Amino acid sequence: MAAEHSIDPMHQFSISPVGGGALTGHFAQFTNSALWMLIVTGCVVLFMWGGMQRKLIPGRWQVAAESLLEFINSLTVGNIGPEGRKFTPWVFTLFSFILIANLMGLMPFGIVPAFHPFTITSQFSLTGVLAIISFSTVLVVGFWRHGFHFFSLFIPHGTPLPMIPLIFIIELISFMVRPFSLALRLFVAMIAGHILMDVFANFIVNGIQTGSMMGGGISLLCLIFIIFMSALELLVCAIQAYIFALLTSLYLKDAIHLHKLDH
Amino acid sequence: MDLHAAKVIGAGLAAIGTGVAAIGVGYVFGSFLQGALRNPEAAGKQTGTMFIGFAAAELLGLIAFAVAMIILYAQ
Repeated sequence: MAAEHSIDPMHQFSISPVGGGALTGHFAQFTNSALWMLIVTGCVVLFMWGGMQRKLIPGRWQVAAESLLEFINSLTVGNIGPEGRKFTPWVFTLFSFILIANLMGLMPFGIVPAFHPFTITSQFSLTGVLAIISFSTVLVVGFWRHGFHFFSLFIPHGTPLPMIPLIFIIELISFMVRPFSLALRLFVAMIAGHILMDVFANFIVNGIQTGSMMGGGISLLCLIFIIFMSALELLVCAIQAYIFALLTSLYLKDAIHLHKLDH
Repeated sequence: MDLHAAKVIGAGLAAIGTGVAAIGVGYVFGSFLQGALRNPEAAGKQTGTMFIGFAAAELLGLIAFAVAMIILYAQ
């Protein structure tokens, strides 16, 4: 009987320099995270570059790119109003980058030896930076348009006078928590899915290694489970990218309309 | 009880939260479907609102998961 295969589901998230070596002791290094960021950016650029044909009768590629852009455009215009068109480029950048990054992490590149995909959105540093850029866009837009009147966002219209200090604190906390919840949601959803799939993939290996009838049966069950899990993970990838874009556009709506307009 | 056993039990207790969040997510989608079947014309405009509710319910489950992972793996 073979030795027990130890399960280490966190190993897939470790960052290491491309081409080996130690991570510490250098000012800057080209890591697998940076490599996959470049690959994801390249995929997005290639997709949009191929789709921007401006033909009167669009081909398939142009229809794909245009419908994706139109999807995000209707999201921002529907939430913010006609002036939401200005924010379509940023929300579209977020959506396409996160979507491709999530999907790239699920691609079965592992069949090529020593080339396993790295999910860049499973790092809090990356999702945190994306959330901070979104949050500072909201702050800049809010202060640019309304000046110090922007603080009325924290006091809903018609609040009774004695309630104002309490409501102000509650609204301020709920406002300041936004970048954390935005980043945490994407990062934890990616980590959770990948750990689950890693653990069950290890069950398959362990079951086969026992060499018994029951181990083989458990392996087969885990294989069937992991196939359905992969389908669910594809759905989660799309939903998380959509939610990030949706919440960004909602926060921009808050900054522009200050509770005044309800669509 | 040694520290490792206590950690594993604590992580298991924290994982209960993910199940409770599953109830919340199911409730969001179920209620949306109930409303959408009664008034299908209004359903299309409300999918965004549904996903906000879904995001809020799901976040709490994910936080429970993050707590479990911190208990298990944090040094």
